[in-house]
Amino acid sequence: MANLKDLRTRINSVKSTQKITAAMKMVAASKLRRAQEQCEAARPYAERMERMLSSLAAGIPEGQEAPKLLAGTGRDEVHLVAVTTSDRGLCGSFNTQIVRGARELIRGLRKDGKTVKILCIGRKGRDQLKTEFGSLIIDTIEDLSRPRPSYGEGLGIAERFAAMAGDEDFDVCTIIYNRFKSAISQELTVQQLIPFPVLQAGAEPGREEDTGPSAIYEFEPDEEGILDELLPRNLAVQVFRALLESFASEQGARMAAMDSATRNAGEMIDKLTLNYNRTRQAKITTEMIEIVSGAEAL
Amino acid sequence: MPDKVEFELVAPEALVFSAAADMVVVPGAEGDFGVLAGHAPLITLVRPGVIDVHDEGGVTMRIFVAGGFAEVTQARLTVLAEEAAPVDALDRGAIEARLDRAEKEAGAAETEKEKAAAEKEIGVARAMLGAIE
Repeated sequence: MANLKDLRTRINSVKSTQKITAAMKMVAASKLRRAQEQCEAARPYAERMERMLSSLAAGIPEGQEAPKLLAGTGRDEVHLVAVTTSDRGLCGSFNTQIVRGARELIRGLRKDGKTVKILCIGRKGRDQLKTEFGSLIIDTIEDLSRPRPSYGEGLGIAERFAAMAGDEDFDVCTIIYNRFKSAISQELTVQQLIPFPVLQAGAEPGREEDTGPSAIYEFEPDEEGILDELLPRNLAVQVFRALLESFASEQGARMAAMDSATRNAGEMIDKLTLNYNRTRQAKITTEMIEIVSGAEAL
Repeated sequence: MPDKVEFELVAPEALVFSAAADMVVVPGAEGDFGVLAGHAPLITLVRPGVIDVHDEGGVTMRIFVAGGFAEVTQARLTVLAEEAAPVDALDRGAIEARLDRAEKEAGAAETEKEKAAAEKEIGVARAMLGAIE
């Protein structure tokens, strides 16, 4: 039979764990609120910009020399996969989900005979991917999003992509991140950044009535001038959006994970307390019997 | 043809303004232009300056934008601003401080890139001052 002192220590240790998880939950909840606001506020801009670039790109005649950020290198051999995870754990299936998605994508690409390069944004992704794809990881970007993602960080990563695209270090660049749906659910998103995925006419409902079938834009100053400005900016905005979405998702996932951890700890304490009381009672009963039988023997 | 133009102003932090208006005057990179309903499709750069929203026969809203892009389609005008604030909300002291800081940065800039960024910032601050004059 477990002894009383052990049980007492055990209960206390579970209690302090519960306090920690409860505190982490509160912290995640307050971070989540801000992250969610920031993330949702940034969505319209990123979406509009993508749409604008789409209509711009659709207007470029076939065969014309297009900027690398828009059209890529024209090949499909080297893929750069940016995996956005968190730096810290204790956030449920948040990182596992991303890593699983990334693994499937990378395996698929390799099966098709493509060369894959991995850029890890966030420490956890690297930790989980390095066993299988250690040699493919070109770099890890850590310590982002403290206390929250900034546009500068998005810009930094985007500039890196742009520089690599300029050197033709990859043909296709894809970013994987968790899209924030609600505090308890995230959606794995795989977004191609370079070459820019031009939305086909009619692929997006509501687009047709907007422009008409034969929308021909005028450009000021000229198409190249606008593309030169818009492309790097769009890249930065899309990366920034991925960071924001990922950060909000992380907080949501952590909150949910810590909530269930706190609840589990509570159940554990109840069970242990019951056990403790039973043991104590049993001990008292045994002692009483000993005394009574001792008295009778006299 | 609708007689009003749908106007959307989006900044990185938020959808700043969205409404129908009679006419919107945008500071384009190559000169101000007014957008009415049925304007020809156009994509242009926007320089730092003030967007005037005309409705009901007068200017109903003046918004400062620090550059960006504008897209005109049959149905609407979308402005993607790098930064946007109503002209009424601009504060002279804060802008002057910003101009000061930008000028110092321009002086201390070591790389081409830093210098370009600082010069852009100066342009924005000057345009802001111009807006509240």
